[in-house]
Amino acid sequence: MATPYQARTLKAPTLNEGDAPFFEGAAAGKLMIKYCKDCKQHHHYPRPMCPFCWSTNTEWQQAKGTGVVYSFSISRASGPIPYAIAYVTLDEGVSMMTNIVETDLDTIKIGQKVTVTFRPTDDPKIGIPMFKPA
Amino acid sequence: MATPYQARTLKAPSLNEGDAPFFEGAVAGKLMIKYCNDCKQYHHYPRPMCPFCWSTKTEWKQAKGTGVVYSFSISRASGPIPYAIAYVTLDEGVSMMTNIVETDLDSIKIGQKVTVTFHPTDDPKIAIPMFKPA
Amino acid sequence: MTIKGKAYIGGIFEHPARKLGDDISQAELHAVCLKGALDDAGLSFKDVDGFYGAGDCPGGILSMIDYLNLTNIKHIDKSYTGGSSYLYLVAHAAEAIAAGKCSVVILSLADFGRRGTVVRDRGEGIPDQPFEQPFGPVTVNLYAMAAMRHMYQYGTTSEQLAQVKVAASHHAQWNPNAFLKKVVTTEDVLNSPLVADPLHRMDCCVVTDGGGAVVVVSPEVARSLKKPLVKLIGAGESPKDQMGGHVDLTYTGAVRSGPIAFAEAGVKPSDIKYASIYDSFTITVIETIEDLGFCKKGEGGKFVMDGNLISGVGKLPFNTDGGGMCNNHPGNKGGITKIIEAVRQLRGEAHPKVQVKNCDVALAHGTGGSLGTRHGSATLIMERE
Repeated sequence: MATPYQARTLKAPTLNEGDAPFFEGAAAGKLMIKYCKDCKQHHHYPRPMCPFCWSTNTEWQQAKGTGVVYSFSISRASGPIPYAIAYVTLDEGVSMMTNIVETDLDTIKIGQKVTVTFRPTDDPKIGIPMFKPA
Repeated sequence: MATPYQARTLKAPSLNEGDAPFFEGAVAGKLMIKYCNDCKQYHHYPRPMCPFCWSTKTEWKQAKGTGVVYSFSISRASGPIPYAIAYVTLDEGVSMMTNIVETDLDSIKIGQKVTVTFHPTDDPKIAIPMFKPA
Repeated sequence: MTIKGKAYIGGIFEHPARKLGDDISQAELHAVCLKGALDDAGLSFKDVDGFYGAGDCPGGILSMIDYLNLTNIKHIDKSYTGGSSYLYLVAHAAEAIAAGKCSVVILSLADFGRRGTVVRDRGEGIPDQPFEQPFGPVTVNLYAMAAMRHMYQYGTTSEQLAQVKVAASHHAQWNPNAFLKKVVTTEDVLNSPLVADPLHRMDCCVVTDGGGAVVVVSPEVARSLKKPLVKLIGAGESPKDQMGGHVDLTYTGAVRSGPIAFAEAGVKPSDIKYASIYDSFTITVIETIEDLGFCKKGEGGKFVMDGNLISGVGKLPFNTDGGGMCNNHPGNKGGITKIIEAVRQLRGEAHPKVQVKNCDVALAHGTGGSLGTRHGSATLIMERE
């Protein structure tokens, strides 16, 4: 079986206060994640308050953009076209929900090395980080 | 002080299953209320199951269309024009939320006798019972 | 089984802001309030094993638990009865703690004020909506109809209603965070514009942004903390509605929630040294104090005259933070601030100008929804140990 990747048209999500650096970073080709300067840990999704120690001493950092597939599924009945939803564990240690793109979806494997790629949305200020085989 | 009645443009409410006889009755110039054949009581708003005994042996009956004002308020800041919201206690014994219309709003009194009048909405199948001085 | 003595208020926090800009999200506002209350208690979020919330949890209660990374939650509750939700939540937390299900419950209100008084579509499938929405029901005119009927039936006057606002303003002048700090007179209230007859603008609570949080803990946890011990001794709750068309707008759910709470606590209205009474509108207070038994039915208007609600002056010091009338009604919901000020009074932490002497038993009461159609009443009685 082969399920060729087809690009989906992405609608920009409605952001909450404080979310913009993640999406504007993506529009600029950068994967931005949050880091806590108190407990020295990255977290995801990004919050103003570190979820591990509740410190507000958090900052945005640019991630390397590489990681491995933690898990995934090919959604065959949810959209007009099949797509691969996944959690990717970044080299920084946190896992993020994403899509695996630009590959035959039936070849995706857990543990596979992937690298970030950025997709535009209908809002030029908002990009979305997705991952493709490294 | 005088606050002349001005007609509001009424948008038809979205009906739930079973509600139509009330609003279609109003189109036909009839005030329809629900009666329970088990406990022999009227209720309002209309339900398929009597709220007093939970019997489902309820039926629609045409009310006389007369009653008295239980309470009211002139809303002066909620719409483009002032309007009188009210509870009217029907001769059948139940009180219904409604508007008092076709009178100087500042002349409305609790205990005043009123009679039903029907106002159209933007849906020709749906009209709304309101009350005016008897 | 009873909650009496089985749970304590360990921590409280009221956000100091009354107007917030667009740089803080609702979720972050919850987090700030919850952290404030845990700091007040001297507890960490890692101690929390119960998370309760109301309708203002963005994404629902599970989104909030994920956001806050609470990993030890054994008990959750999402009760939503409008502004009284938070009193329900405290009662439910006490019940869960009494049953041994958890020992540190946190709950918060965090929301932005919604201005104006427009008719809203409340969603699909709501059974009552087609029979009400065409008539222009809004919060203020539904309370106004209750006021109109109360005046008709008991002779209550606009001047009497105004005393609720006047008393609240006397308290608010001492609260540096209060949204309205100016002392007002009866004439000020009566001369303010009619919003929905017979209620004037100054018969209505303020519209503010902000929030607060409460930590409810087991006796064992409470005794390990440094704060004065504030014990829950009674709780009652009751919804009230249109009763199948047998509408009666002259009383509230407090006629049931009050006696349940007093019976559990083993105290009488005359034992209450301070009362936080939900004050969305002046009429809310008049009907509630009657229903809770602070005066006879129909005599609420007479009772509030002569400064009887003012701390240091009258028989029933109420809402010494300035209440919803003057201090804070974050996100159009006043329940959390009612609990918080009652706890301040019992701890002796209220402003010295309004602190009730020897305040050993206090009551907090919430009325959420509408006096006219449907509301949820909840009564809490607390004691300083």
